[in-house]
Amino acid sequence: MMKTYDIIVIGGGPAGLAAGVAAHDAGVDNILIVERDDHLGGILNQCIHNGFGLHTFKEELTGPEYAQRFIDQVLEREIPYVLNTMVVDMSEDKVVTLMSRERGIETVQAKAIILAMGCRERPRGALNIPGYRPAGIYSAGTAQRLVNIEGYMPGKKVVILGSGDIGLIMARRMTFEGAKVQCVAEVMPYSGGLKRNIVQCLDDFDIPLLLSHTVVNIHGKDRLTGVTIAEVDERRRPIPGTETYYDCDTLLLSVGLIPENELSHNSGVQISPVTNGPVVDETMATNHEGVFACGNVLHVHDLVDYVSEEAGTAGRHAAEYVQGKVADKGEAVVLKAVDGVRYTVPATIHVNSMDDKVTVRFRVAGVFKNRYIGVYFNDERKVHRRKQVMAPGEMEQVILRKADLEAFDGLHTITIKVED
Amino acid sequence: MEERHLTCIRCPLGCQITVTLDNGEVVNVTGNTCKRGDQYARKEVTDPTRTVTSIVRVNGGDVAMVSVKTKTDVPKDKIFDVLETLTDVVVEAPVHIGDVIVADAAGTGVDIIATKQVNA
Repeated sequence: MMKTYDIIVIGGGPAGLAAGVAAHDAGVDNILIVERDDHLGGILNQCIHNGFGLHTFKEELTGPEYAQRFIDQVLEREIPYVLNTMVVDMSEDKVVTLMSRERGIETVQAKAIILAMGCRERPRGALNIPGYRPAGIYSAGTAQRLVNIEGYMPGKKVVILGSGDIGLIMARRMTFEGAKVQCVAEVMPYSGGLKRNIVQCLDDFDIPLLLSHTVVNIHGKDRLTGVTIAEVDERRRPIPGTETYYDCDTLLLSVGLIPENELSHNSGVQISPVTNGPVVDETMATNHEGVFACGNVLHVHDLVDYVSEEAGTAGRHAAEYVQGKVADKGEAVVLKAVDGVRYTVPATIHVNSMDDKVTVRFRVAGVFKNRYIGVYFNDERKVHRRKQVMAPGEMEQVILRKADLEAFDGLHTITIKVED
Repeated sequence: MEERHLTCIRCPLGCQITVTLDNGEVVNVTGNTCKRGDQYARKEVTDPTRTVTSIVRVNGGDVAMVSVKTKTDVPKDKIFDVLETLTDVVVEAPVHIGDVIVADAAGTGVDIIATKQVNA
């Protein structure tokens, strides 16, 4: 007989931990959290800087402290988990294949699955930078792990390509450890990172941020010796004559995060081409019955607090599903993202089964100043909220109330847009 | 009269704020959109502080390094002095969150404490 779990949570990072806790608190205790690293906590373990938890705990914590709060909740509830264990397959009928050094290959049956695998960094190969393949080129997160967990310094003279938050954080981190950070180059005319990180990680240490610049050549054969950086035009093409050589032994890439959805894909979960994450409804349920998703595997977040909140929703509803408490959901209202709004999570809302309110999160496609967020029920405008500034690096949200949706006769579409 | 230029970090707007100082006294703040920007700018030019986070080596633990932070903010110009006190520090596992790693770091009166649980 195959061992059966009510809920299998794939991933023991912030999303998986919060989902497991919420599912347990909703009355399901036959849970297994599967983590491939040797500790629970996921990427937070290497995010040793502070600024986590302002929303959840009303205090500023470091990543490991934030993770420990949720690890403690898992331990207090005695929620079962396995470490050093990788999920290599999940089938359409929710048979999950686990692989570990200790126990080899195991197959277990789940009644419900919560996808919480997080995301991966976009690698050099995705950027098409010409030049040799010398040592000394790392993704920012890899360097972060080397420095903060393993205690190794990747190099002494650093250039960072991409101004994502991890790149900015690593600029300060490498400076603290005695490295010289030459500059951060960003191909877009604006930074993809949070304002706070630009000021406290770059400005504080006089590290230049070169907007509309990119790396056009990599020098060095065995070890990186330098990079050539050029300015780019509005179509992101390098402008001849603007090339500058920077001496460096290390290049860190902070050029975007991609939800890690190979497992979801193979089991027939519908993936959004915009977020690269599963398409979910208001309960974080995917199109595959009994399969839920939360955290960075669903869409990449700026704040872990929102990951925890979203994971709580997934855990609670996965528990309801296992307990047979899901009423007839009825017709779904479709959420449409247009005019500067790139996507919404969730993508659909069932008015019958929604909680009293649902937080819809989304990102915008560019920098917008003094514009409005518009929310339309069918063709009727319901929300017109002024925003001084919106940028792709900062996630936006609107809250929809069940009472308002119920009161609107014949509601079939909710449209969210950026407008005047 | 001295002018200082800052980017406000209190919200995503990132106002470019100009502070005018006379003998170290703030006489004018411009460029901010709200009151929080004014507060941020005054603090930042007169008493800038930061929480400093780093790592120290652990002996006999289940990870090689333990993450640490200053328990509260320290003056910005003390950041590197604070980091300097950690250079040769090695602690023995187990380490608990909140354990004092360095007391009164660099004369700031602020302790450096562990932020990670390290099991032996």
